[in-house]
Amino acid sequence: MNRPIRNLAIACMVLFLALLVNATYLQYWQADDLTSLSKHPDNRRVLNAAFSQDRGAIVVRGKEVAESIKSGDQYDYQRRYPQARMYAQLTGFFSRDWGVGGVEASQNDVLSGDDPKLFVNRVIDLLRNESPQGGSVSLTVNPAAQKAAYDGLARLGNNVQGAVVALEPSTGKVLAMVSSPTYDPNRLATHDFTAAARNYKRLLANDLSPLNNRAIEETLPPGSTFKLVTAAAALQSGKYQPDSMVPGGTSLDLPLTKKNLPNENGRSCGGAKITLKRALEVSCNVAFGSVGLKLGADALTAQAEKFGWGSSPFHDLDDALTRMAPSRMMAPGQDEIDAPGSALSAIGQSNVAATPLQMAMVAAGIANGGTVMTPYLVDEIRSHDLEVIDKTEPRVLTRQAVSPSVARKLTDMMVGVVDNGTAVNAQIPGVAVAGKTGTAQSAPGRPPYAWFVSFAPADDPKVAVAVLVQDAGVERNAISGNGLAAPIATAVMKAVLGR
Amino acid sequence: MEFVHRRRRGAELFLLILSLVVGIGAYAAVGLGVDGEVPTDLVTHGLWLTVLVVGAHVAIRLRAAYADPILLPLVAALNGLGLAMIHRIDLARIAANPDRSSFAPSQLMWMTIGVVLFVTVLFTLRDHRRLQAFTYTAGLVAILLLILPLLPGIGRTINGARIWIHLGPLSFQPGEIAKVLLVIAFAGYLVLHRDALALAGRRVLFVDLPRGRDLGPILAMWLVSLGILVFQNDLGSSLLFFGLFLVMLYVSTERPGWLLVGGVLFGAGAYFGYLTTSHVQVRVDGWLHPFAQDSNAYQLVQGMYGMAWGGLTGRGLGQGAPQTTPISWSDFILPSLGEELGLTGVVAIILIYGLIVERGLRTALICRDDFGKLVATGLAVVFALQVFVVVGGVTKLIPLTGLTTPFLSQGGSSLVANWVIIALLLRISDHARRPPPEFLDPDADVDATQVVSLR
Repeated sequence: MNRPIRNLAIACMVLFLALLVNATYLQYWQADDLTSLSKHPDNRRVLNAAFSQDRGAIVVRGKEVAESIKSGDQYDYQRRYPQARMYAQLTGFFSRDWGVGGVEASQNDVLSGDDPKLFVNRVIDLLRNESPQGGSVSLTVNPAAQKAAYDGLARLGNNVQGAVVALEPSTGKVLAMVSSPTYDPNRLATHDFTAAARNYKRLLANDLSPLNNRAIEETLPPGSTFKLVTAAAALQSGKYQPDSMVPGGTSLDLPLTKKNLPNENGRSCGGAKITLKRALEVSCNVAFGSVGLKLGADALTAQAEKFGWGSSPFHDLDDALTRMAPSRMMAPGQDEIDAPGSALSAIGQSNVAATPLQMAMVAAGIANGGTVMTPYLVDEIRSHDLEVIDKTEPRVLTRQAVSPSVARKLTDMMVGVVDNGTAVNAQIPGVAVAGKTGTAQSAPGRPPYAWFVSFAPADDPKVAVAVLVQDAGVERNAISGNGLAAPIATAVMKAVLGR
Repeated sequence: MEFVHRRRRGAELFLLILSLVVGIGAYAAVGLGVDGEVPTDLVTHGLWLTVLVVGAHVAIRLRAAYADPILLPLVAALNGLGLAMIHRIDLARIAANPDRSSFAPSQLMWMTIGVVLFVTVLFTLRDHRRLQAFTYTAGLVAILLLILPLLPGIGRTINGARIWIHLGPLSFQPGEIAKVLLVIAFAGYLVLHRDALALAGRRVLFVDLPRGRDLGPILAMWLVSLGILVFQNDLGSSLLFFGLFLVMLYVSTERPGWLLVGGVLFGAGAYFGYLTTSHVQVRVDGWLHPFAQDSNAYQLVQGMYGMAWGGLTGRGLGQGAPQTTPISWSDFILPSLGEELGLTGVVAIILIYGLIVERGLRTALICRDDFGKLVATGLAVVFALQVFVVVGGVTKLIPLTGLTTPFLSQGGSSLVANWVIIALLLRISDHARRPPPEFLDPDADVDATQVVSLR
């Protein structure tokens, strides 16, 4: 009977080897995967450990907008957001059961101290027998601009749907980013987990989706603010100058269709022929429609892509649910823009859609002499003893989206819009402001969107702003870029310029 | 000159001290990890463990002086480690809800009962061959024990499996005892009938299949296993008993053909079980897709998360969160140990199990009588299968089945039964390693009646 017993011994050895190999696979090769919260967000051990940690702070100009304070319960630390609603879309939230969002998510490695850049600090913590602490993240935000943007939207009502983005044209720094309606991240980070669950479900059920960051996630027809891109393409082509004469009648006959393209108010733009500069000042649909027809859809698309259409260069708020939506010229699945489409696209209608951040990048690109900078929100990363470990360097997204001379001409035309055109509400005494209004039609029966993009001072731009008011619940005839959006942009510009 | 085994009791004592260091050290580490101080009952706990282990050692010295010196230390280390882990999970469970009762004291009591039975077996059973007389009694009692949980009144269904009986305050899994009895019954039966069962039938693809008329016993065992699966919802025991019978049949007849027949029957039974019992389907689905949205594998996934979190070196005793996994103190004690002791600890534990199986099979190899060979093989195999099924199950190597982890899991029946298994193995090994009896008269005719000293 010894031979079968020997065979059996070998079989048992194989079984136990299989156990050993499998345990090694599970605890060594698969371990990183299983303990990664992005892949297995229900791993309560990792979650609780992370939740109990002394996370680094998120800081704006030396003031915490997210911080961990001692909680005295089993989780040791409680995440707190002092200016919760104003910064909600930037800080995001840090919850036990409902994930993390915003900078809390995109900079999680730094805040939790796991980032390789913080390795040395982690070793020092270990040697000092202290529990490891996370690094802090400071944002590029200008608190005064953020407050102006938040207050501006809030003044239109608590349930206003809108967004404001302010950029520093020379660097791409995000100076302000607000989306409304907003929410209170403290109510998701609370250690009262039933309340957190209730609050989270309520936010999800809300039709106005307060968790969405409209500044980067919502693409909407940019309306007349897109005429900046059309004007840029026109000037860049060399076929047009600011004083070139363009059609300025009451309506434009769209080829291939029986439809006509009228002006916003149905009136003439001030003569059968007007200059391109004047056409921008009065936001003449007929003029830009015909320019769009002459240039063709390809030229418009190429110009838009130079400003960033079709790409998502902004990653500082990436989390499990959030990405910057790429702005587009065509509907998904569409592969060509026909002739009437190019006229409508030229005035920011048809299937053109852009995020508020994208429109701010257009303004900032023009303000920066034609060079579009990559927008960024995370400025510096510091260890918990405040030593700077990493600082984001500004990066060029598109060198010369338009040439510097075209940028100068566009700036000049935009100053005209504010000084003697449709955007008189954006005037700031003593400062030359460049701007462009927009009122975009969406589906019939829905109120139009009010847009405004601008930058100031026109000769040495410090701030570029885009404001979108999607739905403020006001009368239809009260909706205009100048009426609703321009005052907010003006407040933000004033805050940055210190006026 | 023939090789003569030495007693090696000194080596056993030395290894026992090491195993006590593991068990008591783990208990102290749990206190340090959870409360930051050495537990107040460390001395009593340590002394009690020492008394039990040394008591077992003395019993071996007195009654089985030539027995294998490694088995007892291996088992003592596992049992000590299991106690420490159960105590550690007790602390976490009671911290979460002070009304809960702790498992560790009762586990220590069961260990005491186990060691007492261990000593009793060594003292009362002078020669394992006497067990052969109980072949059919053991088989009958085993069947009765298996049926007991199905009786109304005393049978209980716990966690979906109807394998428990309750008598007053005591609950018991009779299947654990039946396991040992079945080994004895199978061995006794096969020793008598192995020649008939070994007769070759048809030859298919280099393998001699058994004769059709000899299929009776294996079919009967197959039906019993299916019955356990269907009526008691106990996938693990079903697999264990059938696998045990199959392997013992193979060893006694030396016919691989039995493995083929058994394999086919096993496949058919497993497929039948999968089709007819939702219990098995749930387990297989949970094994294939543990991370699916609607998966029922919460426990398995939590165990895997724990082991992954433990990584190579573990969180340290008392510093993980093993209580997150349901039943982390019993079926899932290995993931709990994996979380706090890491891959290092898990490898050590699996190697200890491997060594126990290896010592059991070695005993079978050197045993001089067929019955002893079969019993030792059966005990080693039942142990190996159980470890493979439960450890493979909780680490997602194979579908999860409810079996206890020998010597680690909380649970009295299993612990007591396993101590008896070790006692039987030691008894057989003492017999096998003892120097061959010398003839009283070296000049006597070899064919004459031998007078054998039984001590």
